[in-house]
Amino acid sequence: MSSKKALAGLLAPPLLWLLVAYLGALAAIFATAFWTTDPFTNQVVREFTTENIRALFEPTYLRIIGRTLFIAVTVTVLCIVIAVPFAFFMARVAPARTRAFLVAAVLVPLWASYLVKAYAWRTMVQPGGVLENAFGSTPGYGFSAVVLTLTYLWLPYMILPVYAGFERLPGSHLEASADLGAHPLTTFRRVVLPSLLPSIAAGSIFTFSLSLGDYIAVQIVGGKLQVLGTAVLQNITLDLPFAAALGTASVVIMVAYLLAVRRTGALENL
Amino acid sequence: MRIGRGSRIGFTVFAVVVLAFVYVPIGVVTLNSFNSDRTFGWPPPGLTTQWWSLAWEAQGPRDAIMTSVKAGLGATAIALVLGSLLSLALTRYDFFGKHAISILVVLPIALPGIVTGIALQSVISNILNPVFGINAGLFTIIVGHATFCIVVVFNNVTARMRRMGGSLEAASADLGARPFTTFRLVTFPLLRSAVVAGALLAFALSFDEIVVTTFTAGPGTPTLPIWIFNNLFRPNQAPVVNVVAVVLIAVSILPVWLAQRLGGSDAAESRL
Repeated sequence: MSSKKALAGLLAPPLLWLLVAYLGALAAIFATAFWTTDPFTNQVVREFTTENIRALFEPTYLRIIGRTLFIAVTVTVLCIVIAVPFAFFMARVAPARTRAFLVAAVLVPLWASYLVKAYAWRTMVQPGGVLENAFGSTPGYGFSAVVLTLTYLWLPYMILPVYAGFERLPGSHLEASADLGAHPLTTFRRVVLPSLLPSIAAGSIFTFSLSLGDYIAVQIVGGKLQVLGTAVLQNITLDLPFAAALGTASVVIMVAYLLAVRRTGALENL
Repeated sequence: MRIGRGSRIGFTVFAVVVLAFVYVPIGVVTLNSFNSDRTFGWPPPGLTTQWWSLAWEAQGPRDAIMTSVKAGLGATAIALVLGSLLSLALTRYDFFGKHAISILVVLPIALPGIVTGIALQSVISNILNPVFGINAGLFTIIVGHATFCIVVVFNNVTARMRRMGGSLEAASADLGARPFTTFRLVTFPLLRSAVVAGALLAFALSFDEIVVTTFTAGPGTPTLPIWIFNNLFRPNQAPVVNVVAVVLIAVSILPVWLAQRLGGSDAAESRL
């Protein structure tokens, strides 16, 4: 009995906080997606309608959703392509004593201010900026700059789980594969990649979800580019129910993604 | 898989390129804060410390730092209590709904910040303001930040609780200590450094947060990231923004470095 009381005492304050301050607010905003807005006063009218959800399937918004998804997928793929060889270098190629240094080198930018990192890329891609001076051309503000900046921002979120995955991979598996005559690339494709898949999937949850929800970096380097986040932002004051519907769309996509990668065992690797 | 000399060099070159990719932009911002050219033409024509003294005297960033510190301390204090309680409950007890709760803690950081932001904003304008007369401001910033800082403290304390197991607490109980005495003399001293590490990381996370803050801050009290963002597109503020950006990097990394020393390897990764 006393242990039950102790448990209740431990659980009550944090649960009360999370349920009231967070889950309640979240439920309210999802409910708002089914309300409507008075066109003259911009006030929310509490009348059930699926109009907002239907509006998401209009070509304008389908294009925005599609573009956001495309950015999230591209950023995720780029992060994987950079992170896998880099993490392999960290875990298997670099001498053991530089390993701690490399982990720290990856962790530092993870915690460095998000805003400053996005701003840094503005100074990189701006006309007459660093890229133009170094390479003679710059993508300028827009889609490419957004993909570049987001890849930069979320790369550590992919490197760290993949690095942990490489650490867990027994060296004997690699040796066995080599002893059986496999080319290094074959070993990579048939031994390394399959056992790394849960780690890559775990990392992709971050890169995908963070890219899907981002709008600050898009505002800083995206020029006039419209994504889900900026569309939500534009609708908040004028049409909160529709903004809520757009927000709900991003949550639905995210939940679908989580369910899809769950089968790889990614969630146990977070 | 034996790594030949050629591929070893190849991987090393690749790693150096990646590290350059990671550090060059941060280096550029840092260098720009000393760039003597007012419009930050690249490469810098010369170096100067005048932007640093300009920023030192500017009132805007100074007020913003104060707001950020207050918000960070408030959010950390709340997250510290709630995160630790939750961790103790989830690691030492078995009960129905345990799994659901561990998902609930992660949600505020896993779902897009803008969704959390508009949710909290509508609570402020629909409930807090009309019913309690509370306006968006420092208090609502703290509430918003605390909600997602809980998970950082929770992760750090949970990792330590798992590693230390339950045998010392069981021994203490066998020797006749009451639960609270066991907590005071055995559990808490073992947890202390993990709790401090969690607090430092929660503070760093709060200090850097911008999305949720945008929706909970109200007009009068910008935090440091909000101040930077508001001034980012004003050309005449650019020199000060550059300096404040460098300060912000330093301020967010310092607690992480301390936390890593206190909490061990899993501390700094708990942003993941």
